[in-house]
Amino acid sequence: MLPFDFDYYRPETLNDAVELFQYLDQQGKQPMFFSGGTELITLGRINLDYTEAVIDIKEIAECKMMQVSDDQLLLGSTLSLTKIEEANLFPLLTKTASEVADHTARGKITLGGNICAQIFYREAVLPFLLADSQVLLIGPNGKRIVPINDIFQGQLRLERGEILVQIATENRFIRAPFFSVKRRQQWDTGYPLITIAALKIDQQVRVGISGLCPFPFRSKEVEDALNNKGLTAEERAAGAIAVLPQPVLDDVEGSSEYRIFVLRNLFYDLLASLDRVQV
Amino acid sequence: MKSYTITLNINGESRIITVRSADTLLYILRELLGLTGAKPGCLNGDCGACTVHIDGWPMKSCLMLAVEAVGKKVTTIEGLVETPIQQAFVENFAFQCGYCTPGFIMNCHSLIEQHPNADDQTIKEWLESNICRCTSYIEIEQAVKSVLRKK
Repeated sequence: MLPFDFDYYRPETLNDAVELFQYLDQQGKQPMFFSGGTELITLGRINLDYTEAVIDIKEIAECKMMQVSDDQLLLGSTLSLTKIEEANLFPLLTKTASEVADHTARGKITLGGNICAQIFYREAVLPFLLADSQVLLIGPNGKRIVPINDIFQGQLRLERGEILVQIATENRFIRAPFFSVKRRQQWDTGYPLITIAALKIDQQVRVGISGLCPFPFRSKEVEDALNNKGLTAEERAAGAIAVLPQPVLDDVEGSSEYRIFVLRNLFYDLLASLDRVQV
Repeated sequence: MKSYTITLNINGESRIITVRSADTLLYILRELLGLTGAKPGCLNGDCGACTVHIDGWPMKSCLMLAVEAVGKKVTTIEGLVETPIQQAFVENFAFQCGYCTPGFIMNCHSLIEQHPNADDQTIKEWLESNICRCTSYIEIEQAVKSVLRKK
């Protein structure tokens, strides 16, 4: 139960959703697109989130699409993580998404909701960053298709009133060898410390990291260091750690030194798994 | 107050209720409909005590607005009658205080229906969604496995 009231809308088409947002925005209602809605429900309960108008987009047909074709996989933004896992059309995504929250909660949390969330983990974006996926957006200025690596810098840089509709991923990335591990400080169900997702394509390793910095990222500098084949695994990991984006988180889940320690060992595991380089 | 009169399908019955858009499904089940089987625990989607079924899949009813349930089939623990998993919880002593039990049973029942051949990893993945402070985990695992074996 939330301590504030809002109007609830469930538009049937993308155009209706976009127009509704603009109309409500002009009225000063601070409208919010709502998919799984877990973030509004949990943060709103403790007054960390607020809206006067919820636009629930999860029943819009384009947003629920799951389509495999000869060259690509198309995933709608309002598919629940559970639906994506059960279909298992993108094994790296299945593995990475299966570590978000817990199984029941993933029946509510959606792909687009996780990617566009305020929570800094947002692990579901990592496989798409590695696969150079394309995102379909719709907003007041119409539709556009954009490479995710152009528009995701710490967060998805949507224009005001814009919706993430679908994500398209080429099959050659879906079939690529991968590595995906989530480390927690305690047990299997504690809060996450670091998630690392990697895949190998054209003899190069690609790496995405969540939980290290206050945003998920893929870094060319980190990848270059890890792919420096003339060096030992220790040297490659040290080189990658030297060029990490900043800041490295230092909080109750783990100090920055501890996070770097965990990351170094994840890099060793990754190199052993994908590049057969042992420490 | 932003209120809506909606029809929900709950345990096979149509229930017409007036809710705030900000009411969670958990709240209206307990406070408006008297279905107190779904338990409030963390209210944050962490503990699983409020688990119900939406179209046969487990859902933490504290993470869903009542208005989102329009057009869905909602099942609460009151809607499960003499299912094998309920009997198995009794036979295996799969609880102590019982507060988490309705949520666990709802999750286990959906698991058994969706994955009748569930392996250990699938069982663990699903049941990680619920917390039992009396730590009856071994007995709960035995209860689930006893039903899966019979299937």
